[in-house]
Amino acid sequence: MKGGMAMTARRLRASLKGWGGVGAMALALVVTAVFALLLPLSSARGDGSTGTGGQGVGQGIQARADTCTDPQDQSPSPSSDDSGETITAIKQRGYLSVGVDQNSYRWGYRDPNNTAKSSDLEGFDIDLAHEIAKEILGDPSAVRFHAIPTNQRIPAIKSGQVDMVVRTMTITCSRLKDVAFSAPYFLTGQQVLAPKTSGIKGYDETLAGKRICSAAGSTAYDKLSADKKAGALTASADITTTVPNQLDCLVRLQLGQVDAVVTDGALAASQAAQDPTVELKGKTFTDDYYGVAMKLGADDLVRRVNQVLVDYRKSGGWQASYTKWLSATLKADSPSATPPTAHYK
Amino acid sequence: MTQPPKGTAPPGQPATPTMPAVPPQSGATAAQYGATATATAPRSGPPSPPGRPATPDTAPARRTAWAEGVDRLRAAATTEPGRLRLIGAVLALLVVAFGAVTAWQMTERSSAADDVLHSSQPLSAGAADIYRSLADANTAASSGFLAGGQESADTRDRYEKDIRTAAQGLITAAANSDPGSPSTDTIAKLNKLLPEYKGLIERARANNRQGYPLGGAYLRYANEKMQQQMLPAAEDLYKRENARLSADYADAKPYPWAAIGLGVLALGGLFWAQRRHYHRTNRVLNQGLVAATAASAVVLLWLVVGHSVARAGLNSSYDHGVRSLNVLHDARIASLKARGNENLTLVSRGAETKQVSTTQVMDLYDYDFQQDMKTLTKGLALAEGIADDTAGKKPVEAATANMKVWKSRHQEARTADDSGDYQGALNKVIGSAADKPTGECFDGVDTNLAAALTHEESEFKQAAGNGRDAMSGLPAGAAVLAVLAAAGALLGIGRRLSEYR
Repeated sequence: MKGGMAMTARRLRASLKGWGGVGAMALALVVTAVFALLLPLSSARGDGSTGTGGQGVGQGIQARADTCTDPQDQSPSPSSDDSGETITAIKQRGYLSVGVDQNSYRWGYRDPNNTAKSSDLEGFDIDLAHEIAKEILGDPSAVRFHAIPTNQRIPAIKSGQVDMVVRTMTITCSRLKDVAFSAPYFLTGQQVLAPKTSGIKGYDETLAGKRICSAAGSTAYDKLSADKKAGALTASADITTTVPNQLDCLVRLQLGQVDAVVTDGALAASQAAQDPTVELKGKTFTDDYYGVAMKLGADDLVRRVNQVLVDYRKSGGWQASYTKWLSATLKADSPSATPPTAHYK
Repeated sequence: MTQPPKGTAPPGQPATPTMPAVPPQSGATAAQYGATATATAPRSGPPSPPGRPATPDTAPARRTAWAEGVDRLRAAATTEPGRLRLIGAVLALLVVAFGAVTAWQMTERSSAADDVLHSSQPLSAGAADIYRSLADANTAASSGFLAGGQESADTRDRYEKDIRTAAQGLITAAANSDPGSPSTDTIAKLNKLLPEYKGLIERARANNRQGYPLGGAYLRYANEKMQQQMLPAAEDLYKRENARLSADYADAKPYPWAAIGLGVLALGGLFWAQRRHYHRTNRVLNQGLVAATAASAVVLLWLVVGHSVARAGLNSSYDHGVRSLNVLHDARIASLKARGNENLTLVSRGAETKQVSTTQVMDLYDYDFQQDMKTLTKGLALAEGIADDTAGKKPVEAATANMKVWKSRHQEARTADDSGDYQGALNKVIGSAADKPTGECFDGVDTNLAAALTHEESEFKQAAGNGRDAMSGLPAGAAVLAVLAAAGALLGIGRRLSEYR
């Protein structure tokens, strides 16, 4: 029995040995064939992907070069014509529906200590909204404010929940695909905010080894991470702290969890206004323009708002509002201190 | 009839190899034994010393204690007085063992029941109190914040009281937890977080007083600390204390099978002894044995009935007390969280959102509010289901009614806020009675749940107290009666024995 089994095993091994060589050869053949077939394919695919990617980028740049170099200059020329479809609807309704922020100090916020119930929101954006209502409807208080979160600004316009959004909204090429913007009403840019005693001087090498806070998904964060990748921002800067709202950065700064905040200069100024121990550091390192956002195609309203902006500038209302809300922290000599010049399409 | 007692000395055991060879010589000496062992070598099998008769001292030294006793018993079992002595000893031992095991097992159960009543349930309630007061503090802080820079005295007092309650509760919990246990870690964590939280709230207040939106950001940060770190830790502690309570229940409730088994055995032995006695002497009653039987029967009956009653009490204290308490605590905390989130929806004013689905984005706090309300709805339905009397059901029903109104008023507040009427929304949430605010409904839910909790707490105390009382006296009683029964058995046998002198 035992002997028999051993014999069988041996015979099997021998026969395997015989086939082993053949098998190995076959395997080698198959592998070679697969490689021969797959290599060109995979390399081709690699080429293709980078090719399209590159093309995509190229096209993007091309497209921008064609249609969108200066997004702030894409608004139609002003007009005081009130007969358009959108404006008629607003007039019939009797009030303007405006999406605003309630948390941006000096821009759009609610003073908890204000006992006058009629004027419960205040700030630079709110002044502008009242001005628009005054010109279109003849009554500055014919406005209904809707508090809208940052990431709901575009959906709120698209769905028609609001007629317009006046909420520190930067005019960008990508947003132009979804909404129509008025001419720019405010010039700002990304800026660094840090304690007055800090060694940070601005958006430069003094940020080395510092922890920088920004709002999740904000222009500030995109710029920081792009610059860090490109080497424009010192590699030792820690930009991992992101928060739901830019104001939360000031909380982290006060608690010593971060060393600096990067956000729109206008919002950084509103943070500085709430804490006398911090200040804006250095100049803005990007140019961003705020615009009033409206529904795509509501040309009559856009032109009308542009006219309001022209009048607002001319009457000195813009300047008065700036002085009231912003000059204390942004200073009177800031590039933001004068209304940006409008260029129409 | 004489066969069974012989069984006590099992025949043919290798440990007592030579016994059958020397039955009459009860006091078989070592020398004799050694001699017989060597003489009857083929029969004696494995005993160790046979090959060494030269060392006779070692063999007796090794055997005497146990083997000699067995020898004596064997010898004794061959005569009637010897057998009687043996029977008496075994009966007395059985009865005493029965009493001892009963006393031991019931002491254990009784002390576990006492722990349920006086230690683990109060600790579990204490942990629930920490949990509740933390959630309540968070809610009070956000209510006060909504009222503006100058919060009302009520909300301020409520907040301060909650913080004090939580701090005191943590001290009690720390004193009752074993060093190095997970509970201690949780308590240490909460002790660290509580002052941090309080600091953030004070900063929020200071900024709110100056009219800065930064105050709202601080409040949201404090809320995040509370909801994401402190409340889970407090819940963890509460669950651990509940586990301790369940363990005490598990220790108090199982039937004392060892004691019951021994009791049955002892009674069986006593009956057998009396039957044997009757067959041998034709006498019906032996007073001693009868007394022993009666005492043992009383202990066994007391044991079974007492424990069953205790068990029933404990079961009912669990079903009608602890379970209801847990459900009500959970519901109350859900209502507190819901209220906190409702307030924060107005504090945050859209500062944080949550992507609910690919198309829908909701305010984070309103989303959390909806989730908490779902938990509350479920909790109240469950509480209503297990409430066993009208006194327990009534407050729960009232709370459910309040909750329904709350939901519809909340919807009105949301509609007002969404249409830009912030003040209207604010009035609908924290306004005066004329505004029909949701605050009224929340207060109603909270008050009614507190009433329901008080009721269930007293139900628990009643039932668990009854359960524990059913066991009280049993350990001592069992011990005394068992000693009496053993004495009775010995006396009864002794009386019979004296007839042989």
